[in-house]
Amino acid sequence: MSTSNQASEVIFNNVGKMAIFKKNQTVILKNCSFTVEPGKLTVLIGPSGCGKTTVINLIAGYERPDLGSVKMDGQPISGPNWERLVVFQETALYPWLTCYENVMFGPLSRKVMAKEKAHEETLTLLAKVGLEDFLDKYPSQLSGGMQRRAELARALINQPKVMLMDEPFRGLDAMTRQLMQEYYLKLFEETHASHVFVTSELDEAIILADNLLIMTNKPSKIQKIIEVDLPRPREWQMVTSKRYLEIKAEALELLHEEAVKASTTSGKVDVDLSGLLETANSD
Amino acid sequence: MESKPDGKREGRILIEHVEKVYDPEGVNVHACRDCNADIQPGEFAMVVGPSGCGKTTLLNAIAGFDNATGGAIYLDEEKIAAPDIVQSPGADRMVVFQGGALFPWKTVMGNITYGPVMQGKMRVNEAVQEARGLMDRLGLSREIERLYPDNLSSGMKRQVEIIRALINDPRVLLLDEPFRALDNMSKGLMHEYLLSVFELTKKTIFFITHDLDEAVFLADRIFVMTTRPGTFKAVIEVDIPRPRNFRVLATERFVEIREHVKAEVEEESMKAFEAGERELA
Repeated sequence: MSTSNQASEVIFNNVGKMAIFKKNQTVILKNCSFTVEPGKLTVLIGPSGCGKTTVINLIAGYERPDLGSVKMDGQPISGPNWERLVVFQETALYPWLTCYENVMFGPLSRKVMAKEKAHEETLTLLAKVGLEDFLDKYPSQLSGGMQRRAELARALINQPKVMLMDEPFRGLDAMTRQLMQEYYLKLFEETHASHVFVTSELDEAIILADNLLIMTNKPSKIQKIIEVDLPRPREWQMVTSKRYLEIKAEALELLHEEAVKASTTSGKVDVDLSGLLETANSD
Repeated sequence: MESKPDGKREGRILIEHVEKVYDPEGVNVHACRDCNADIQPGEFAMVVGPSGCGKTTLLNAIAGFDNATGGAIYLDEEKIAAPDIVQSPGADRMVVFQGGALFPWKTVMGNITYGPVMQGKMRVNEAVQEARGLMDRLGLSREIERLYPDNLSSGMKRQVEIIRALINDPRVLLLDEPFRALDNMSKGLMHEYLLSVFELTKKTIFFITHDLDEAVFLADRIFVMTTRPGTFKAVIEVDIPRPRNFRVLATERFVEIREHVKAEVEEESMKAFEAGERELA
């Protein structure tokens, strides 16, 4: 990829976010603070429904914080922008365009890249994700894993400063998933963007992460940041290394604690907003 | 729930040369061929294999939902599947399904007691007593007995289903990816729950999954099936001591065994792919 995109930093400062759920206001994030370090891969993991996708939506600019601030390189994030692109859980390829046309679509419609250049970049990227023989196939003709890889290429061609990955490999079988993780690791290690990756799979989280952020149950915040100091380039074989297992043991302990808490409180509707408002930092 | 008075433990599943041919529109589809396994009383057997390899076919034959077209399956001394018998499901073989099968119009208590009452094995009062006893022993809060399935979390639904199966005092529990739809965290709790049930009841468990962490965490032995026509290609012993808790997931032995099972399954997935059974990646 081109070196023109410099990595960005995203800072969450005491973010609070509420949602209306079955006519009740629910606090999703409360006093949520963390930093996405430039050029690093930050992984968020936590119990289901803990607001991981909300974090992605806030960085993408799809939602605004109710309290606190979300800033990229010092500027508040005010809306969606090509600098921050999301790869979703479900595929979002245009079904009426071929694999090649899907990847070309972004740079051409934004008129930021000459057609020749876009063509070259598209071929390079699709080769990197192993789709060089599938350029003229439509999404419905691709397997689930292939669709996800086309999706990755389609986002990366825009050279985003921040890549947001919202459980992109969910629902794939173990083998395809490992293959995807390997493709993705290679792409990340070659580019210089900052990545935020949301998952609920611990092995996936550790093998990918520079920083592993463990979230609490709702109202969520960051319970703990674990620095994953395994060397890069990463390889799947590292899952049996001593350091890997130490990190896994630490993370498991924290996640189990949250899961137990969630199972004992589930079903109760959270309507108490006073605590949030008191401790909020208006920034 | 304990072994019968003669002291002999029950729940051995003996699978001998089992074959299953489906015949849709005259085209033979070989789901299983020459399947052999000897699952011991009180054993936790996990079955893994590529999609479409015949795992559920085998479970259906053990459950009595469908017959085998060759070979035979025995539950202890009794022949339960073979071409020369008419198969039938029984309360001695209880199944917990992927999708969950609680009656939405019945309360938790209504669901649990339905089986023994309908079969005329227990009166309502007895069944309620039995159900409460089981809920207490197996750590399910009695507060939920008047709730309907809709008001339960998905993890709790699965707990109710397991108890609904156990009240029939089956010799074997058959589970077909029961936790597939749960998120990883609740799944982890369900695994610990099922292990505690297993240790308390010592029922034979035949459990199908695609989740290899789940397989290694729960199993005494893991039976790996080949691609279609499915047969057992490897039996992997899980020598991780019991009782187990979530911490074993971060041990070297655990990861070693999982990677071993994964390699065995992947080899079969590759064959299935080459045979055009499914598209790879």
